[in-house]
Amino acid sequence: MAGIWVYAEHRDGTIRKVTFEILGEAKKLAEQKGEELCAVLVGADVEGMASKLGAYGAERVYCVEAESLSGYTTGGFTKALSDLVQQEKPSILLLGATANGKDLSARVAGRLKVGLATDCTGIAVDDAGTLQARRPMFAGKVYAEVSFSDVTPQMASIRPNVLLALEPDETRKPEVIKITPDVKPEDIRIAVKDIMKTGGEKPDLTEAEIIVSGGRGMKGPENYHILEELADVLSGVVGASRAAVDAGWRPQSDQVGQSGKVVTPNLYIAAGISGSIQHLAGMGTSKVIVAINKDPEAPIFKKADYGVVDDLFKVVPPLTEQVKKLKAE
Amino acid sequence: MEIIVCLKQVPDTEAEIRPTPDNTEINYEGIKFVMNVYDEYAVEEALQIKERVGEGTVTIVTLGPERAVESIRTALAMGADKAVHLDDPAFGGGDAYSTAKALAKAIEGMSYDIIFCGKQAIDDDLAQGGNILGEFLNLPSITGIVKFDLSEDKKKATVQRQIEGGIEVLEVSLPAVFTATKGLNEPRYPSLPGIMKAKKKELKPIKLADLGLSEEEVGKKGAQIQVLKFSLPPVRQAGTIVGGDTPEEKAENLAKLLREEAKVI
Repeated sequence: MAGIWVYAEHRDGTIRKVTFEILGEAKKLAEQKGEELCAVLVGADVEGMASKLGAYGAERVYCVEAESLSGYTTGGFTKALSDLVQQEKPSILLLGATANGKDLSARVAGRLKVGLATDCTGIAVDDAGTLQARRPMFAGKVYAEVSFSDVTPQMASIRPNVLLALEPDETRKPEVIKITPDVKPEDIRIAVKDIMKTGGEKPDLTEAEIIVSGGRGMKGPENYHILEELADVLSGVVGASRAAVDAGWRPQSDQVGQSGKVVTPNLYIAAGISGSIQHLAGMGTSKVIVAINKDPEAPIFKKADYGVVDDLFKVVPPLTEQVKKLKAE
Repeated sequence: MEIIVCLKQVPDTEAEIRPTPDNTEINYEGIKFVMNVYDEYAVEEALQIKERVGEGTVTIVTLGPERAVESIRTALAMGADKAVHLDDPAFGGGDAYSTAKALAKAIEGMSYDIIFCGKQAIDDDLAQGGNILGEFLNLPSITGIVKFDLSEDKKKATVQRQIEGGIEVLEVSLPAVFTATKGLNEPRYPSLPGIMKAKKKELKPIKLADLGLSEEEVGKKGAQIQVLKFSLPPVRQAGTIVGGDTPEEKAENLAKLLREEAKVI
């Protein structure tokens, strides 16, 4: 029967956007292979989210529910998902390349003894129906076309913000199948003591549509408020270069680049960032790049769609005002 | 405390990476190799735990070609006690799966309370090795930790794991596998006496035959994924330099371009 499966990651009762993006692309693969497109929800109370997955293209939704799965644990979720995969035998299993998606996919691939391509930016199937994945390596300095052994499911985690979701159609009703997993305490092995929120309601850099990043040119942590203000009017988030993080100006979770996060927003504004090779690798696939730097020789200008050669402290505040004005029109 | 650190040698983050002319491999000519950034945090944490506990052994386990010895020596110079080096052509060209297979087999016979890895190797960026290793050794695994606390009785660890927009606090019984990320600690530089001492520390080579695995199970042959072709990312052309006589004017023009031309705001 096979099937193409998309693991539907959710948090606080909301399905993460990357899931819909994967469903959009996976639908094409399912049509090409003549297989069903299925989504898998794992948690304590997930059935309410199934219809939304249908609207985004899933024909069938497995709801794997147990009280012990109320919060994500590597062991619990690996057991629940692996058991279902072994029973239903999908040909392809796709997940979002989020912190938990990468964690879960690696452990599941190890258990099922199958291949896994991480953080892919493109997926397709060849004439034989084998998954082909395109993925950046070296943080995007090169791309690799990856193929899989014929052991199934062939697995890939997909980078957020890259693939396109379908327009949701609420009239599409998926078949919902409830599964009671066999997850025992000894499968979980890790106790979740606390989850501390650090980012407020803002999306993570990897999922943000607009990023305003500051580097060494910001001169100190006290100046980042001008970037925060610009990000706020753009509904974006603030990032940082390695230099700014290493100087202790910004938390390390804000770092964009090869030893930080690789990001793909619609708009990336780099303020006071010269553009080291490792930074450029981390943001080079942003759809539109703006560089604001007073050094006209800064390498970042070679990658920027729009460059402003001037003092960022004189450009950013009026830019914030101009954006406010445009948004109000 | 017996602590194992899995360590990989990778091209420096500042290195330019290009495929070979036939696009089937990476051209490593003239590239500087260093210890994987995330593995530095792993080594440092292992050393700090050993220092706090006051006893124990930190063992480096590396799979890689002969040149990887340099990075192993760096870890030994930082203070690790000994190392094993899985160095056999058969181990080359593997993916996370076949690499973890060989590492697991090598570690299986060793004693350990804690296994540290880096969150991911910054060359192939697979971010799978720690979890697959945990799976093969039947140990719990926790990825991307930024804090590690050992319990009084040294039987448990409480760690902080970084996720999007938050930190999870997790408790796990040892032995377990942890992957380290930036924020965990500040890796030390090797001291001069450390470098001298490192030369005399045990560095044991391991060949395929030592592991009792077949050639089909490791390296390229044992891999579940393979790269068919490499390519460079599409070249980004430098775009427009936004004009204007004053910074305010430039800001205004930029806002307009983003709105009307790029349509992103």
